[in-house]
Amino acid sequence: MSAAKKAIIEQLQQELLLLHGFKPPSNTTVQMGLGALEKAFPNAVFPTGAIHEFLSDAVEHTAATGGFVAGLLGHLMQRGGACIWISATRTLFPPALKAFGVIPDQVVFVDLQREKDVLWATEEALKCEGLAAVVAELKDISFTASRRLQLATEQSRVTGFLLRHQPRDLNAIACVARWRITPLASMADNGMPGVGFPRWQVGLVKVRNGKPGAWQVEWAANRFRVITENTALPNPVRIRKIG
Amino acid sequence: MAKRFVAIWFPHLLTDWLVIRRPELQHLPFVVAAPDHGRLVITAASKTAQAQGIHAGAVVADARALIPDLQVFNNRPGLAAQLLSALCKWCIRFTPTAAADLPDGLLLDASGCAHLWGGEAPYLDDIAARLKAYGYHIRIAMAGTIGAAWAAARYGQPVSVIHSGHEARTLSALPPAALRLDPLILERLQKLGLSRISTFIEMPRAVLRRRFGPELLYRLDQALGREDEALQPLEPVQPWQERLPCLEPILTATGIGIALERLLTVLCSSLQQKGKGLRTAVLKAYRLDGKIEQVQAGTHRASHNVAHLLKLFEHKIAAIEPDLGIELFILEAPDVEDVAPQQETLWTTGCSLESIGLAQLADRLAGKAGAPAIRRYLPLPHYWPERSIQATASFTEKPVTGWPTDHPRPIQLLPRPEPVEVSAPIPDYPPMLFRYKGALHNIKKADGPERIEQEWWLEAGPHRDYYIVEDEAGRRYWLFRLGHYSGSEPPRWFIHGFFA
Repeated sequence: MSAAKKAIIEQLQQELLLLHGFKPPSNTTVQMGLGALEKAFPNAVFPTGAIHEFLSDAVEHTAATGGFVAGLLGHLMQRGGACIWISATRTLFPPALKAFGVIPDQVVFVDLQREKDVLWATEEALKCEGLAAVVAELKDISFTASRRLQLATEQSRVTGFLLRHQPRDLNAIACVARWRITPLASMADNGMPGVGFPRWQVGLVKVRNGKPGAWQVEWAANRFRVITENTALPNPVRIRKIG
Repeated sequence: MAKRFVAIWFPHLLTDWLVIRRPELQHLPFVVAAPDHGRLVITAASKTAQAQGIHAGAVVADARALIPDLQVFNNRPGLAAQLLSALCKWCIRFTPTAAADLPDGLLLDASGCAHLWGGEAPYLDDIAARLKAYGYHIRIAMAGTIGAAWAAARYGQPVSVIHSGHEARTLSALPPAALRLDPLILERLQKLGLSRISTFIEMPRAVLRRRFGPELLYRLDQALGREDEALQPLEPVQPWQERLPCLEPILTATGIGIALERLLTVLCSSLQQKGKGLRTAVLKAYRLDGKIEQVQAGTHRASHNVAHLLKLFEHKIAAIEPDLGIELFILEAPDVEDVAPQQETLWTTGCSLESIGLAQLADRLAGKAGAPAIRRYLPLPHYWPERSIQATASFTEKPVTGWPTDHPRPIQLLPRPEPVEVSAPIPDYPPMLFRYKGALHNIKKADGPERIEQEWWLEAGPHRDYYIVEDEAGRRYWLFRLGHYSGSEPPRWFIHGFFA
């Protein structure tokens, strides 16, 4: 393929991304400090103003996800916006957020009784312009409901995080990325004894217009540190319908 | 129009109030007393006690010598002022301008009011009869000046009307104390044998001023109407309320919505003019069958934004049952606060906790889920994890202490610690393995112990020794051992949280 052709294709890809709502990096984009991981996203920019889905199967995974999301929130909230954390089954302990760069009293917690109310509250919160982020702990969400959330974020440019703990059905939803965070054994510096900085296996299972992959990420000295380069996830076995 | 003033005197204000509350005291001698310099001094004596020679200012011990079974009640400071202000509020039915006259009287500006009762005598009789029916002993007088009314109420006939211009004649017969004078001046007048106002009212003013100072002349002038005197009237609280009577009974939700919007528009514009906003709004719907339907909405910060308030009521309208129809809507704002006008920003940098957008979102959420569902957490100066945070509903409250960062805390905390089976090599060492929910975890790395003592002044119990542990799969837990090791029983271990 000639260089001219490549340039044309790249330009066309850029235009397509713009139509999809992915803007090229500018001075208003939030630096997430994810380093090599951000290359997986279109334009190599962590997409804000969109819905991210996080899956977890065990309580320990939820804790790891909570830590990673708290790290993202810390970056998102640096511009002075508040964050809303909506849940029906919350076990998050606010003082721990401080270690991830979030001021815990800047987070508004909404504790509801039913999952249905969580969905409604999330949509209302995502419509509120200027919020740094909305975090919702939701078990199950239908594709239609996720479309509504997506439309709300497109209007308000608020970033939404859906934390799905043991979802009954792993259905496709309208989101920009699907993550799966699992804990990894920590490494203390210089062979010191004791538990080191939190370290996770960050898996980008799905990412729209990007390259999925898996990274080892550590939260050290108030910032993310990507330890390993992208180790591509094993390709999911595709079942083709024949006939 | 000629000014007319009414003075009401309650000679037994405190004791009357006690008798009203406890009718069995009516014919018993009792006193109200307050401690003063180590003794109990009587501040008020009941009518029966006064008849037996006990007056305010005496010592309770002396009074007990006279009446052995004298009942003594504690004096509540400020009670008289409280009672007078309540009575003053009650008097607004007789005149719009009523003032409390501490310590034991009321002053009403009755100019142009008496004709509604058919004259001044029936007016006074009505006030006196109603107050007497409540159980108060009163003396009441009406005059053209405050001073004359005050004097006549205390030293004249029990119910007396003094016509304007006749003040001097009435005052002449009264003692000088009726002029509201300083006790020093009264004493001097007494020494000179001037026991009636008539004895000095005709004296040259220069002489009076030289002998008694300017106050006597000032008070005399006030009583005679030569000097103006103003009342400090009680200002009735303006209720924030709007009414909308309907010509035809309203039956539909749309109709209720329109009524609500109209009421809110009027109420909010009047709130806005005064620079206020409402925190609570109550819509009352009076039905044809006499029942009252009521819905309520609350806001997180005072607001006079019609569109926002209408949204809060949106899904509450369905709770109103019109039945046969609603004939009257009343919108009340019982909770009103000052609103600081917000400066518009050209570039909104973010929706912080103080911004209106977040408050309106919180109102909408609270309207559906209830106000306690929305909270923030503030740090408390406690190490015990359950007590280290405090939930608050306010968005403006600032933390008193900083968030502690010296000890790591788990991102997930169990609502209550769950017991785990543990095998630990030796005391004060982290465990080697533990079993939680059937799964065995081999501990590879551990930090600790962090000893957190139970705060004995809040709750009794053993301390906790916390360990941060990591198992072979990299999962991190927060375990603790309750209390000290003892030879007799195995230590109890618990899991309390999960680290990220």
